[in-house]
Amino acid sequence: MAITTAGRGTEARAAGRWRGKLSAARELPLLPIFILVPFAFAALFAELIAPYDPTMPIPGAKFFMPPYWMEGGSPDALLGTDFQSRDILSRLIFGARVSLLVGIMGTVVAGSLGTALGILSGYLGGWVDQVIMRVTDAWLALPALVFAIFLATLLGPSMWNIVTILGLVYWTRYARVIRGEVLSLREREYVKLAEIAGASSLRVIMRHILPNVLNTTMVLASLTIGVVIIAEASLSFLGVGVPPPEPAWGLMLSEARSTLMAGKWWLTVFPGVCILLVVLATQLFGDWMRIRLDPQQRNL
Amino acid sequence: MRQFIFRRTCYSIVTLFILSLTIFAVVRLTGDPALLMTEPGARPEDLARVRALWGLDRPWPIQYAHFLLNILTGDLGTSFNYRMPVSELYFERLPNSLQLALSATLLSFLIGVPAGLLSAVRVNGAWDNIGKVVALTGLAVPGFWLGLVLILVFSVWLAWLPTGGKGDWRNLIMPSIALGWYFAASLLRLTRSSMLEVMRSEYIKLARLKGLPGYVVIAMHGFKNALVPVLTLAGVNLVVMVNAAVIVEVIFAWPGIGRLLYEGIFQRDFPLVQGVVILAGCMIVLVNLFIDILYAYIDPRIRLTK
Repeated sequence: MAITTAGRGTEARAAGRWRGKLSAARELPLLPIFILVPFAFAALFAELIAPYDPTMPIPGAKFFMPPYWMEGGSPDALLGTDFQSRDILSRLIFGARVSLLVGIMGTVVAGSLGTALGILSGYLGGWVDQVIMRVTDAWLALPALVFAIFLATLLGPSMWNIVTILGLVYWTRYARVIRGEVLSLREREYVKLAEIAGASSLRVIMRHILPNVLNTTMVLASLTIGVVIIAEASLSFLGVGVPPPEPAWGLMLSEARSTLMAGKWWLTVFPGVCILLVVLATQLFGDWMRIRLDPQQRNL
Repeated sequence: MRQFIFRRTCYSIVTLFILSLTIFAVVRLTGDPALLMTEPGARPEDLARVRALWGLDRPWPIQYAHFLLNILTGDLGTSFNYRMPVSELYFERLPNSLQLALSATLLSFLIGVPAGLLSAVRVNGAWDNIGKVVALTGLAVPGFWLGLVLILVFSVWLAWLPTGGKGDWRNLIMPSIALGWYFAASLLRLTRSSMLEVMRSEYIKLARLKGLPGYVVIAMHGFKNALVPVLTLAGVNLVVMVNAAVIVEVIFAWPGIGRLLYEGIFQRDFPLVQGVVILAGCMIVLVNLFIDILYAYIDPRIRLTK
């Protein structure tokens, strides 16, 4: 580099910058992005994309029409119709909205609640810590799905109830981890100095603790969003989640159960593949975030 | 050691106490328990009678004391649908759930542990990559959907296996796979990371320096020690599977605890739902206590640290 002329140096630098951009692009988790973007798009613009109303039968269509490439299928319903002759494709597209919305909102509720309680527990210590941690222990003892089912039977089926329930069930994981982080942050010099300078607990938490645990919260959130999506599908499948005729993937699977024996595979396979793809993508994305944000994790 | 057991037992009792408090409070905060304790469509005078009978008209602390006393004496109420004590129903279904959970644990062990071991021994090799894919799909494929697809392929199309119910070993295959799949993946992940950690330790280096052949180091020194956390996870998983296999049991019509819970939801049989949840929580807390004590017994470092 030292002997090159000025012109060539600029060129090399430009090439270097270009290569830098390329490698940054290569570092992006392409597979999860390729999977998630279409689903997010479907969820946002379901009304524009979906060929039919997901809750109404296609006028004049038969029940249980197979996908169009099979015998008896028609291009009117690309992925076939269900037991009420509703369009599967439209239901899948609107189902993406339900799954992603519940997944994201449930994670946001759980993450905020868990992070807030974890910080309080770790920073304040004493009896606050004892109470929060004992509640966390007790709530963690119940299997998540059993606890969610219990809450769902009490609250009744609706989409926002499911968000609340999943938030209440999954906050404990955040609280545990965040508390641990805060315990060590609390001993750092800058926190001590802020305290000595007379900053209030609230100020220390908002200025010095919260920004330092947000990374962890984000990683946990990206790793658990898939779990939340599967939990929503499970609750809907059991009839205590999103109520019919709303198009949720778990509900579609549940409605498909009775016709599984008759070999109507498309009713079972398509919603399942959607869940699988979305959860897989969020898992990969979560792994990528974890590795980006925590170099120590790279080998594990 | 005695002190450790005492302290740990106290913690478990506190946990159980908070668990009962949570259930008690949640039921009362979300609605009228009298409506839940009567069958749907009850008349107002029936509701009043139920309130008096269950003491739901009395202040909360007294209600809670009764609630706790009932749990402690093993009285979890009577199922509307079965007209039987809930605890009796639970323990009647327990062996079935245990059978399914044991078979699923065995399966996940047979897949997860060897695969995790292979991945750890050849990091970034072909086996490791296969292992990564298995671990990822295991966590992403919902167990219940896997169950449905298995039924579609092996019962409907190939007609090899029965679709559900309890019978001989063939009835166990598909539900075990559907239930064990997720745990196989988590066992794989844990075995791999645990093994990697052990293989970095000093005594492994020493064993290698002594000139022991590679497989002896891996099997006798590495694997034996890496197995400890794996066994704990398997133990905890087993209890969770006994109590939380709701969807798999529903799909395969397996007469276990999960299906009991489902019947409770479906028939609006509230005492049944609440009873199963309480018993599931108790069982898990007790098993955790047992595992912790067992650990302290095996490993003195645990009982000496706080």
